[in-house]
Amino acid sequence: MTPEGSLLAAEGLCKTYGATPALDGVEFSVHPGEVVAVMGPSGSGKSTLLHCLAGIVRPDAGTVRYGPHELTALSDARRSALRRTDFGFVFQFGQLVPELTGLENVALPLRLNGTRRKEAERQAREWLERLEVDGAAAQRPGEISGGQGQRIAVARALVTGPRVIFADEPTGALDSLNGERVLGLLTGAARDTNAAVVLVTHEARVAAYSDREIVVRDGTVKDILAGLR
Amino acid sequence: MSIGHTLLGLLESGPRHGYDLKRAFDAHFGQDRPLHYGQVYSTMSRLLKNGLVEVDAVEAGAGPERKRYAITDAGITDVAQWLARPEKPEPYLQSTLFTKVVLALLTGRDAAELLDTQRAEHLRLMRGLTERKRTGDLADQLICDHALFHLEADLRWLEVTAARLDKLAEAVRV
Repeated sequence: MTPEGSLLAAEGLCKTYGATPALDGVEFSVHPGEVVAVMGPSGSGKSTLLHCLAGIVRPDAGTVRYGPHELTALSDARRSALRRTDFGFVFQFGQLVPELTGLENVALPLRLNGTRRKEAERQAREWLERLEVDGAAAQRPGEISGGQGQRIAVARALVTGPRVIFADEPTGALDSLNGERVLGLLTGAARDTNAAVVLVTHEARVAAYSDREIVVRDGTVKDILAGLR
Repeated sequence: MSIGHTLLGLLESGPRHGYDLKRAFDAHFGQDRPLHYGQVYSTMSRLLKNGLVEVDAVEAGAGPERKRYAITDAGITDVAQWLARPEKPEPYLQSTLFTKVVLALLTGRDAAELLDTQRAEHLRLMRGLTERKRTGDLADQLICDHALFHLEADLRWLEVTAARLDKLAEAVRV
């Protein structure tokens, strides 16, 4: 049964790569507006959990429910469509299209969803301003700093108004100050829009931006309670 | 923190009453632990005795007399020496946490559970500090950062200890 009020919930998730179990009976849930940190040592299965929750990887067993949808039962095409419209992604590296400007990168998900260029760029510009990186709108990824690039990536993840944002080590390549700025803006914008955030990290300082953390160890989850806001 | 040196440093900008010193101390450094009046007056009396401050003026009022303190040349030298002297890094060897982990292993209790409970408590505190940073001024942010980096170091220790509990159990039970 899905935990009451949850937006995204997983039950009994199992995933094995070759002979190595990456997930072994994992339960997970996140509510609208909630930021959950997924912590654990390298190789513990936390990125695999994120990929299963986001419908990127199909688990060997178990279910993922997103609202009324059972993600694990949808076709690849339906899951891809859902990822474009309802989910946003922020990764550690290499997510911006190098040939496009900052503005075009942020407008891209809207364009892929069929929004006209002018409207897509208007919305993209708003998000760039909100993420305090509008100065880089006309520049390409090679011409900007890592912190600016990551804020553009956050703007791009948020521009479609996603209900769930998946962030995998989003500040792993940034120094402390830039990392904190990105995290503050990401979690602040998510709370303002009532989006849920699944934040994969091995850093406690990053997890401290969440409402709650779970720890993945050897493919199983330990839910360590910490005060919900 | 050396309260004596801090109060001396605050006096360098000009003479102050004990009450003003307390207010200045609390504004800059007393976010978590405001100074008691008793601490101010006992510290000033010690500094006076050591010639590091002098009474600049005494005002009579309805209550007790109010002394205004001024720093002396010896006081200024003392502050300068204190600021120039590096603090001894504290290596926290044989911490309480280490003792608890070893005792849990020796007595057959669940050391992993102990570490997880501690981890949750550390993160709870880190969340509070992160929120305080979000809403605070620059001084607040720097104070919280100092605490956050220390807590993060503890958490790393908790993590590596959790990963080595089996070996530690073998070692301590020999």
